[in-house]
Amino acid sequence: MCGIAGLFSKSFATEERLGSHLSAMLSQLADRGPDSAGVAIYRDPAPSGSVKVSLFCEERDYPWNRLEGELAEVFGSVSEPKQIATHALFTVEGEGPQLQRWLADEHPELRVMSIGEHIEIYKEMGDPRQFVKDFGLESVSASHALGHTRMATESRVTTEHSHPFSTGLDLCLVHNGSLSNHNRLRLELRREGIEFQTDNDSEVAAGYLTWRLQQGDDLETALNRCLDALDGFYTFAVGTADGFAVLRDPIACKPAVMAETGDWVAMASEWRAIAELPGAEDAEQWEPEPGRVYHWAREKVA
Amino acid sequence: MSATAAAETVDLASASVRELNQRLHDAAGGGPAAWRVENPSGAHALAAGLDAELDVEIDGHAGYYCAGMNKHATVRVAGNVGVGVAENMMSGLVVVEGSASQAAGATGRGGLLVIKGSASARCGISMKGIDIVVHGSIGHAGAFMGQKGRLVVCGDAGPDLGDSIYEARLYVRGEVAGLGADCIEKEMRDEHTAELRELLELAGADADPADFRRYGSARELYTFDVDNAGSY
Repeated sequence: MCGIAGLFSKSFATEERLGSHLSAMLSQLADRGPDSAGVAIYRDPAPSGSVKVSLFCEERDYPWNRLEGELAEVFGSVSEPKQIATHALFTVEGEGPQLQRWLADEHPELRVMSIGEHIEIYKEMGDPRQFVKDFGLESVSASHALGHTRMATESRVTTEHSHPFSTGLDLCLVHNGSLSNHNRLRLELRREGIEFQTDNDSEVAAGYLTWRLQQGDDLETALNRCLDALDGFYTFAVGTADGFAVLRDPIACKPAVMAETGDWVAMASEWRAIAELPGAEDAEQWEPEPGRVYHWAREKVA
Repeated sequence: MSATAAAETVDLASASVRELNQRLHDAAGGGPAAWRVENPSGAHALAAGLDAELDVEIDGHAGYYCAGMNKHATVRVAGNVGVGVAENMMSGLVVVEGSASQAAGATGRGGLLVIKGSASARCGISMKGIDIVVHGSIGHAGAFMGQKGRLVVCGDAGPDLGDSIYEARLYVRGEVAGLGADCIEKEMRDEHTAELRELLELAGADADPADFRRYGSARELYTFDVDNAGSY
C-alpha cells in the first residue's frame, strides 16, 4: 500500500505550523504504511556557498563531533552537528557533489539522506506515529514538505529502503506503488553512473529522475519521460527546492487526492489526511488525472 | 424523505466508525430511521452494509467504500467520496453531492447511485444491475465488464468506455474520449429514451434525453461466440 503526503504553504501561518500539519497527515496515513516513515523538509536555506547534508548512521553513538572536525579540516566552515534521532544535519561550506564524493570515500559507514540548500530528509523504520515523535516533527516550520509511510512489498524494511529517496541536490521522490522493470533499468542507470544504495524499486525511479535531470531535462520533461520508461503502478510526489510535483501512472492504479486553499496546497493518498488541515472542508478538491504532471512552485528563492 | 432536525446524530469527532455502523445496523431491528453523521473527515466504510430503510445524511467528505453493500437504505453525502462508493449496492439510493473517486458503484447489483459532481476512473466497473447517474463527467474505463444496469453520464466519458461490456446500457451526453474493446454506439430507440428520461428524473438531473447517445456491447468478443461455450 504506502501513503504519501505533501504540503506546500502559501501563508506564514501555515509555514510556521507545517511540521505539525504534516505530522497529523502522516499519522492518518499510518495504516497505509506501518513499516517505516520519512519526510523531506524544505526550510532554513544554507548560506550562499554552503550546503546542508542530512546523514544517517546505524551506530547509535556515532561520533558526529569527530566528523565535524574532519569536515572543517577538508571543507572549511562547518556547522555544529544537529542531531535528530538517528540522523545528523550539518551545514558545510562547499559544493554538494564534492561533499557527497568525500563522504562516500572517507565514511562508507554513513548514508547520505539528502544534500542541498533547502532540503532535509529524515526517515526511519517503525510506526509513523512514533517517527513523528522521535524526530520532533510537530515543532518544525518549513515552506513545504513531503512525507511517506511505507508498507513494504518488494524489498526489505530498513532505514535505507524507506522513502523519500534523494534524487539530486534539493530533490527527492516518494512513491506509492510498485515497478516491474526496475532491475533492468537499474543496470542501465548504473552504466550511466547513477549509484544505488538498495535493491528497492522506488530508488530506481529516483535514480531515473536524477539521471534525466543531469542530462538537462527540466522536472516536467523528466517526469513525462517516466511515463514511457517506467513499467508499473505509481503515484509519485517529487520535492524540489521551491515546490513539489505529482504524477500518477497512466491507468491511475494508486490513489491520490489534492486540495488547495488560500493558505496551502496539499496532496495525499487519502482525503482523511488532508481533512486534518485547517479549512480543509471548504478547500477546492480534486483527483489528479492519470499521466498528467502537476507542479507547484513559489517564486524561486534567491 | 430526508433526515430532519430530529435525526439521530453521530459525531465522528468523538465516536468511532465501528460505533456508527453498529448503531446503524442495530437500528434495522427497529430503531430511529433518520440519521445524521457529523465530522466524517474522509473516514472509510461509513454507513456500509446497511440492510434496512434508513435515511442517513453524511455531513462532509467520506472516504473509501461509503455505503458499500447498501440494501434498502438512502444515504446522502454532502461532500465528496473516496474509492468504491456504493460498491456492490443491492438496492436503495446513494446520493453524492460532490464528486466521487474511482470505482464508484463497482459490482453493484441494484439500487440507484447519483453523483452530482464527477466520478473518476472505473465508474460502474463490473456493474451487475445497479443504475448510476453522474451529473458531471467520468474518467477512463467506465462500466468496464459491465454486465447489467444503466450508467448515465451527463458530461464526458474518458478513454476505454465500456471495455469488454456484456449487457449494461450506457448513455453519455458529452464527448466520449474512446470506446473500449467490443463497445459500440447503438441506436437510441423509444424504449431507451423512456428509461433514460426516468433515470434523469429520479437523479434530479436537468438534461434532455434527446441529447444523449447510447453505447453497449457489440457481442463479438470470444465469450459471445457459441463455439467457445464449451470453454466455460
